[in-house]
Amino acid sequence: MRRSTTESPALQIVLIAIALLFLAFFLALPLVAVFGEALKAGFGPFLNAVTAPDALSAIKLTLLIAAISVPLNVVFGVAASWAITKFQFPGKSLLISLIDLPFSVSPVVSGLIFVLLFGANGWFGPWLAEHDLKIIFAVPGIVLATVFITFPFVARELIPLMMEQGKDEEEAAISLGASGWQTFRHVTLPNIRWGLLYGVLLCNARAMGEFGAVSVVSGHIRGETNTMPLHVEILYNEYDFVGAFAVASLLAGLALVTLIAKTVLEWRFNLHGSARH
Amino acid sequence: MIRVQNVTKTFGDFAALHGIDLEIKPGEFVALLGPSGSGKTTLLRIIAGLEFQDGGEVLFDGEDVSSRSVGERQVGFVFQQYALFKHMTVAENVAFGLSVRRKGRPPKADIRARAEELLRLVQLDGLGKRYPGQLSGGQRQRVALARALAIEPRLLLLDEPFGALDAKVRKDLRRWLRGLHETMGLTSIFVTHDQEEALELADRVVVMDHGRIEQVGTPEQVYMEPASPFVSNFVGETNQLPGGIHVRPHDIELVASGGIPVVVENVFRRGGSWRVEGRIEGHGNVVEFDVDAAEPAPTLGDTVRIQPLREREFHKHAL
Repeated sequence: MRRSTTESPALQIVLIAIALLFLAFFLALPLVAVFGEALKAGFGPFLNAVTAPDALSAIKLTLLIAAISVPLNVVFGVAASWAITKFQFPGKSLLISLIDLPFSVSPVVSGLIFVLLFGANGWFGPWLAEHDLKIIFAVPGIVLATVFITFPFVARELIPLMMEQGKDEEEAAISLGASGWQTFRHVTLPNIRWGLLYGVLLCNARAMGEFGAVSVVSGHIRGETNTMPLHVEILYNEYDFVGAFAVASLLAGLALVTLIAKTVLEWRFNLHGSARH
Repeated sequence: MIRVQNVTKTFGDFAALHGIDLEIKPGEFVALLGPSGSGKTTLLRIIAGLEFQDGGEVLFDGEDVSSRSVGERQVGFVFQQYALFKHMTVAENVAFGLSVRRKGRPPKADIRARAEELLRLVQLDGLGKRYPGQLSGGQRQRVALARALAIEPRLLLLDEPFGALDAKVRKDLRRWLRGLHETMGLTSIFVTHDQEEALELADRVVVMDHGRIEQVGTPEQVYMEPASPFVSNFVGETNQLPGGIHVRPHDIELVASGGIPVVVENVFRRGGSWRVEGRIEGHGNVVEFDVDAAEPAPTLGDTVRIQPLREREFHKHAL
């Protein structure tokens, strides 16, 4: 039986073919190329490249940055979503737009904002120098830039979810004598857990993979302020292709893991959603 | 004794309540009845402490609770959509109020026993391990009730308790709730837009419109002696005859001569009588009235003569 919205079989095949070709060319092929290049000289050089001191230091720094910025954004994201969905207050729509700001501003500009604020010639530069504090071209700057870039992920995921759930269950909990924290812990958190995890996943992937903003504030000091994406660039510019692709393949691996976890979560999410009334 | 004194509430530009005064005696079952936007739910939420009034006081047993939170007022609130905790079992839902207690929390075994006892009370024993999603609407409603009763509330508040249920379940649950109210010696207030529900269940009905109380009285008083045209219209069916006269459909009889001539436009059976719809000749006012089904049904297009048996007159200035 054909419905009016169903296109002819030929057109369907063409559309599917275009989509698949596009995916193969722009997504699958590069991914294969990354792993291919990384392992071109064999497994030994690959291992050497990723265990080189500078590579290890970049991996450690990347993990450290993610370990700091993801929890910060979880706290911020949950707090902002809670405030936006459960309370009425002036400036609410402004807050919603501000959350999206990092998505709409070029990462390079985001990085430059921090240089402008904390750089040697920036607003707080002299004061920082006086107190012997380093932010730009140091780890704190990278953390700041990463937090800024990744802060919409958790909030964006939670706001629609919490909006849909309303506040009846929270009101029921407090009417039964629960404190604010107990209500959050026993009622709100279980209701948003899958969405939260999903947001954390995306936030983490971006925190580890961010290039532009981090590049501006990092200073590219080898073994000190180089994250994995920056390290890849340096190696590539030095014609160390095996090294560059070896580290890049780790990032690509992270992307694949994120993708799989995301799929599993979406599946759980829907399962949970369909049981909801 | 619950006392609401001169309570006002506005949301932005919208005045939800204008100076409400109300008294509820211990053991009473009171209905807040009104159309949507009448302020009935706002009033219920203010009594609960889920919303706070802009002016006036709420007193529980003479004590001003206006600044107390809902948790401190010890009220049981049953939400329209039940608001059960989806990820908790039925037993955990019922036990919630006791298990989050910070002072004087009973031992775990006691909480469990109490939850089971409450589930027996609402006739859901054996379903404690289920999740809310696995229950029917009527069962969920009773879980919500058991959960609210677990904290031994001094006041039970219900927001459209039967709104989301189908007609049959609604009727059974109504009767059952009334029984529960009596056996447990509760003081209860419920919100409804269904006049039948209010008249059947409540000891006293509070009829509200546009943020004001139109009338407070027993179901009998509200139905038989409506204080305003609004009450007359909203509670039960009413015909408006020329001259501000309100008559119930069952308070009209057919007469052979005199009375008011009405052209019959529609006749259908309603239970044990014919429901006749017609227009007053030369006036155009629509009139509905009942004729005993033992009599032959009036013929469409005929002119019949009607006589009000009991009527109420509302003068223009009362509108």
